[in-house]
Amino acid sequence: MEEIMKVKGLNKTFTLSQKQQKIEKTNEKKRIAVHDLSFTSYRGEVFGLLGPNGAGKTTTLRMLATLIKPDSGDAVLDGSSIVNAPEEVRGKIGFLTSELKLEGFFTPNYLYNFFSDLYGVEPAVRDERKKRLFDRFGITQFAEVKVKDMSTGMKQKVSLVISLVHDPEIIIFDEPTNGLDVLTAKVVTDFLLELKKEGKSIIVSTHIFSLIEKICDRVGIIIKGEMIICDTLEAVKNGKSLEDRFFEIYEETVGEAE
Amino acid sequence: MRNNLMTIIKKELARFFGDKRMVFTTILMPGLLIYIMYSFMGSGLTSRFEAEEDYTYRIYAENMPSSVSAMIKGSDINVEYLDRDGVSEEDMKQAVTDKDAEMLMVFPENFEADVLAYDSMTATTPAPQVALYYNSADTESTACYQIMASVLDGYEASMANKFDVNSGDEEYDLASKEDSTGQIFSMMLPMLLMIFLFSGCMAIAPESIAGEKERGTIATLLVTPMKRGQLAMGKIISLGIIGLLSGISSFVGTMLSLPKLMGTESNAMDASVYSVTDYILLLLVILTTVLVLVGALAVISAFAKTVKEAGSMIMPLMVVVMVISITSMLGSGAPKEFYWYLIPFYNSVQGMTGIFDFSYSGINIVACLVSNLIYTGILSTVLAKMFGSEKIMYS
Repeated sequence: MEEIMKVKGLNKTFTLSQKQQKIEKTNEKKRIAVHDLSFTSYRGEVFGLLGPNGAGKTTTLRMLATLIKPDSGDAVLDGSSIVNAPEEVRGKIGFLTSELKLEGFFTPNYLYNFFSDLYGVEPAVRDERKKRLFDRFGITQFAEVKVKDMSTGMKQKVSLVISLVHDPEIIIFDEPTNGLDVLTAKVVTDFLLELKKEGKSIIVSTHIFSLIEKICDRVGIIIKGEMIICDTLEAVKNGKSLEDRFFEIYEETVGEAE
Repeated sequence: MRNNLMTIIKKELARFFGDKRMVFTTILMPGLLIYIMYSFMGSGLTSRFEAEEDYTYRIYAENMPSSVSAMIKGSDINVEYLDRDGVSEEDMKQAVTDKDAEMLMVFPENFEADVLAYDSMTATTPAPQVALYYNSADTESTACYQIMASVLDGYEASMANKFDVNSGDEEYDLASKEDSTGQIFSMMLPMLLMIFLFSGCMAIAPESIAGEKERGTIATLLVTPMKRGQLAMGKIISLGIIGLLSGISSFVGTMLSLPKLMGTESNAMDASVYSVTDYILLLLVILTTVLVLVGALAVISAFAKTVKEAGSMIMPLMVVVMVISITSMLGSGAPKEFYWYLIPFYNSVQGMTGIFDFSYSGINIVACLVSNLIYTGILSTVLAKMFGSEKIMYS
């Protein structure tokens, strides 16, 4: 198995503003979001980061996508370091999260071409790819509708398609089905499986057990910024359902679930 | 990467020009509003102090000698003498106060004889006195006062004319068209232009930087492999283009309406006194000024979390720019030493003043242009650094 992503000792600490301290009723000035996090994922695999809200999943993915820099540690994605060559990394990954919004003023068609230009995709390749993806997600008939006039589900599909304009080898997907209705969620999970078949390497974060069980080959459980266990799905489950295993592990590390 | 800079500029311009309302409010409206406002103010100011030409002045006249009334008849105005029978002087004054009459003229009895007998060299008593009661709060009454005073001056002069001043038909004011235009334009336009440019840039920069932050669209751009510097430059250039168009619109509106505002005859002020070189230099100064302005506003906007916050963070800079702009109206023309032209904003104001009053030197304009470009470069680098800073972009 070829390693495509090697994460080593990532650390990230945020400074809390006085306002945040007040809201969270704490005197700590610093908050450790991710602590000494390491894992490896392999080409053609779907890797799932599982954890409760605030565990550090999103922070980890943002570091991998080079939106934020780790305080220490590094990750090498397909040969490029997120610390030393963030621009190279950006060219190799497709990053999708609900935080990345599209400008509502433009149409999917315009935005697809715009981002294709930024990723340096040749027009001929771009048009073929656009047609395929727009057809696949039913965007074709909305291609000239402004994004702001679209439904949430359609917006999400457009975001997904646009994050893949450069046909990246690595796809990083933060909470892929959050806020989607069951139909759209199924379209997205089916598509992730298709991408896997094409040999893409995917990393998703979620707190939904069924999603992990459905699509992931390998899973890492993060609690309070630390990687508690990281192995193949079967090994993590250890003969139980993922949900049961998760709560077992949670109790072992934190104590009784609050 | 292929030309990402162009891609960003094209997108920014497509965003702006695709929004007809924004194009109208940012580019067309300022020029149009300024033209209408200044023209209106100009004609309003003029008519405020000028009575209509065929107005009939209502006058109470006591003891008016026939020689004076003949002169009034001879001058080109309509006068109606009001009936004084049974009206006391107090009532007549009240009528002027109430604007029911324009004037009360009181001549001494035997005015003509007294005037003839009076010799200023030997006289021991004061000269005969004519009283003109008028109402300065009434435009027509004021006009009437000016006319009657000059009629009486003429009357006095006709009796003892020793010499005249500028009474021929010649043009006595030898100021050239260049001078008078230059004087007024160099005083007004640099200040107005700076204010227009600032408000033009202020209308778009916060929206394009803080707005993208607020809506979360900037992060989508930042996960692409594009260099931050290209994004910063692309933003500044495209905002500069729009700011420049807005500034030019205001400029054209001002140039066309300024003669009307100043109430000057059109031949005393003429924008055609400037050569093509002057206009090109002016355009270059404006262009580089817009770039510095947009750069500064973009950096400030990048600090802000929302468009609204950006708006209030910009205020101190606005005050500074306004104060600097006023320097064009103070002092005696643009400074000569080139180092003054290295101070941002001040260099633009003084450079424009120099161009408008024909006193600029090439080296100063070059110093202004080059320093502006350097400031733009610095601001663009700062903006790029800010785009790369997670604290600023995703706080």
